[in-house]
Amino acid sequence: MRTTFFATAVSALLLAGGITGGASAADKLKVGFIYVGPVADLGWTHQHDLARQAVVQEFGDKVETTYLESVPEGPDAERSIEQLVRAGNKLIFTTSFGYMDPTLKVAKKYPNVHFEHATGFKKDKNMAIYNGRFYEGRYIQGVIAGKMSKAGVLGYIGSFPIPEVIMGINATMLGAQTVNPNIKVKIIWANTWFDPGKEADAAKALIDQGADIIMQHTDSPAAMQVASERGKLAFGQDSEMIKFGPKTQLTSIIDNWAPYYISRVQAELDGTWKSEDSWGGLKAKTVVMAPYTNMPDDVKKLAEDTEAAIIAGKLLPFKCPVVDQDGKDVECKGGDHLDDGQVLGMNFYVKGIDDKVPGK
Amino acid sequence: MELLEAIILSVLAASTPLLIAATGELVTERSGVLNLGVEGMMIVGAACGFGGALYTGSITIGAICGIFAGTLLALIFAVMTLGLAVNQVATGLALTILGIGLSGLIGAGFVGERITPAPHLRIPGLTDLPLMGRIVFGEDAFVYASLVLIVGIWWFLYKTRAGLILRACGDNHLSAHALGYPVLRIRLFAVMFGGACAGLAGAYLPLAYTPFFIPGMTAGRGWIALALVVFSSWRPGRLVVGAYLFGAVTILQLHAQGAGIGVPSQFMSALPYLATVIVLVLLSRARSGGSTAPAALGTVFVPDR
Repeated sequence: MRTTFFATAVSALLLAGGITGGASAADKLKVGFIYVGPVADLGWTHQHDLARQAVVQEFGDKVETTYLESVPEGPDAERSIEQLVRAGNKLIFTTSFGYMDPTLKVAKKYPNVHFEHATGFKKDKNMAIYNGRFYEGRYIQGVIAGKMSKAGVLGYIGSFPIPEVIMGINATMLGAQTVNPNIKVKIIWANTWFDPGKEADAAKALIDQGADIIMQHTDSPAAMQVASERGKLAFGQDSEMIKFGPKTQLTSIIDNWAPYYISRVQAELDGTWKSEDSWGGLKAKTVVMAPYTNMPDDVKKLAEDTEAAIIAGKLLPFKCPVVDQDGKDVECKGGDHLDDGQVLGMNFYVKGIDDKVPGK
Repeated sequence: MELLEAIILSVLAASTPLLIAATGELVTERSGVLNLGVEGMMIVGAACGFGGALYTGSITIGAICGIFAGTLLALIFAVMTLGLAVNQVATGLALTILGIGLSGLIGAGFVGERITPAPHLRIPGLTDLPLMGRIVFGEDAFVYASLVLIVGIWWFLYKTRAGLILRACGDNHLSAHALGYPVLRIRLFAVMFGGACAGLAGAYLPLAYTPFFIPGMTAGRGWIALALVVFSSWRPGRLVVGAYLFGAVTILQLHAQGAGIGVPSQFMSALPYLATVIVLVLLSRARSGGSTAPAALGTVFVPDR
C-alpha cells in the first residue's frame, strides 16, 4: 500500500536503473523483486531488500536474485514484472499494494511462474498474497504511549485514511486505553507516504498543539527527528530509527520479511510451493519490535508482557467488545474477536478518538 | 499566542525552499527560458549539499556544494537548449529524471547519516522578545538569505539596466539581438542563476529543514516552485506573497487537522494548485493589468550569423 513520489517518476528510470544481478546459470533458481521506492528509502522498500539479502545469504549459490527499484504502481508495473519473467525468474515478489492488478495479469499469462504479492487481496493459482499484522505492534505502542504520555495526548501522523492505517490508529488507542482510559489522540493526515518536509511539519504541528508522543504511519524518520529536537518521545516506523532519536525512540515496528521470503524460496526449491494467503504478525516474526528504549523498567516490563501475551495468543488487540465512536458494539464475526475481514476493511474509529474518519 | 508564533515559524521554514527555487526560476523565465528541471536540480542540490556538510562538518560548505551542483546541472540544460537549440520542455523534464536518478546515486552513501542542522540566529534580548522575537531574530541563515535574494532580484530586474536587458531578451529576443545584446550569453547566466537557486533550495532541505538525506526528499517542491512563478505572474513581489501563502496553506491545514477542524485534508492539500489555476484564469481575463508571461518564454533562439 505505497505510493511515493517515485510513482510519478517516468518509467525511463527503469531503463536507467536496469536489472542488477549476475550471470545466469541453468541450475540456479532465479528470484525477482519489484520495489516501489529506492532500496535506500530507510523504510518500506529498504526492509524488503534486507529480506532479499537474507535470501541470498541463506541459499547462496542455489539462488540468483534480481530487483527493480522505484517501479511506478499501476499499469506501468506490468512491463517491469514481465521483464523479470522473460529474464527467467521463476518466483517473483511484487512488494506494494498498487502492483496487485498488474501482477494478476502477468500471473494469468505465465501459469508456470509463481508470484507473491504484498498487502493485496487478489489471489490466483500461481499468485500468493502476504502481509504483516502490524496492528499487533501498534497495540504495544499504544500501551507504552498511554504510560509514557504526561500530557495524555498522542500525536499521530497518518498517510492516507485507508483500512491499513485506520486499524493501526484503533489498535494504538485500544492499547493506550488499557493503561489510561482518558488518553486522547490528535490525528494529522499527510496525504503522502513519503515527504520528509511535510512529515516534519505535521510532527511540529502536533507537538505545538500539546502532543508529547509522536507516532507515524508515514515512511521517513523526519517526525522522529523533530520529536528528538523538541525533547519529546516517538515511535519509529518500518525500520529501526533510533539513529535519528537516540533519546527519543521508544520502540519501532520493524517489517521483517526475511522469514517469509526464505520459507517461500525454500518451498520453491523443494517443489512444494502453493498459492497461499499469509498474514503473519509478532508470532511469525513478520512484525518485530525494536528494543524498548527510553522508558522506565516497569513500562518496559509491561510492553514485553503485552508482546508475549499477543504472541501466545492470549491477548487479541481487536477482542470483542470493540466499541465504535457512537458507543455501539461492533458486530463480532470472529467469535471473541473481530475477524480478519473486518480488520482488513476497517473504516471506523473506536470510542475515545475525538475525530472522524475523513470522507465519512 | 505561543501557538501563533509556532505556526508562523513553521510557515517561514516551509516557504523558504519554495521561495529560493522560485526566485531562480523567475529570473530564468524572465530571460525567456523555461526550465522544467527545477525538481531535478533541487534534489541533486540536496544530495550534494548534504554530502558537503557531512564530510566537512560545515553547513556553509554544504550550501556551496548544493549551489555548485545545481549550477552544473543547469549548465547541461543550457548546453542543450541554448547551444544545440533543443526543445526546452523536453530537456527540462529529462533534467528532472536525470536529477532524481543522479541524486540517488550520489546520496546512496549518505542515507542513514545525520548532521547538526543550520543554527538559528540568537541575539540576546532581541530573540527573547515576546511573539515577534523568534520570528524576526531567530531564523536560520537560509531564511534571511531568501529574503535578501528576492529583494536583490526585484532591484536587479526593475532598477538596473542589466535587468532591463534581461527582460528584453525574454520579451522579444529578436529585438534584443538586433540591438546588439548577446541574447544567448544573457540566457546562459539566467539559466545558471536558476540552477544555483534550485541547488540552494534543495540543500536547504537536508541542511536545515530535516537534517538527513533520503532519495526523493524534495517530494515535488520543484514543481510547486514552477507553479509559484506562474502564480506570481513573473513578479518578485507577488512571488514572496505566493511562496508564503503556499507555505501557510500547508502548515495551517496540518494544524486544522490536529485541532479537529473538519476540513477535508485532501482538499486543503490541493488548494495551492487550485489557487494557481484560478490566478492563471484571472490573468488571462484581465490582460490589461499586470504582466503576463514573458512573450518569448520557451521559444528557441538561434542567432543569424
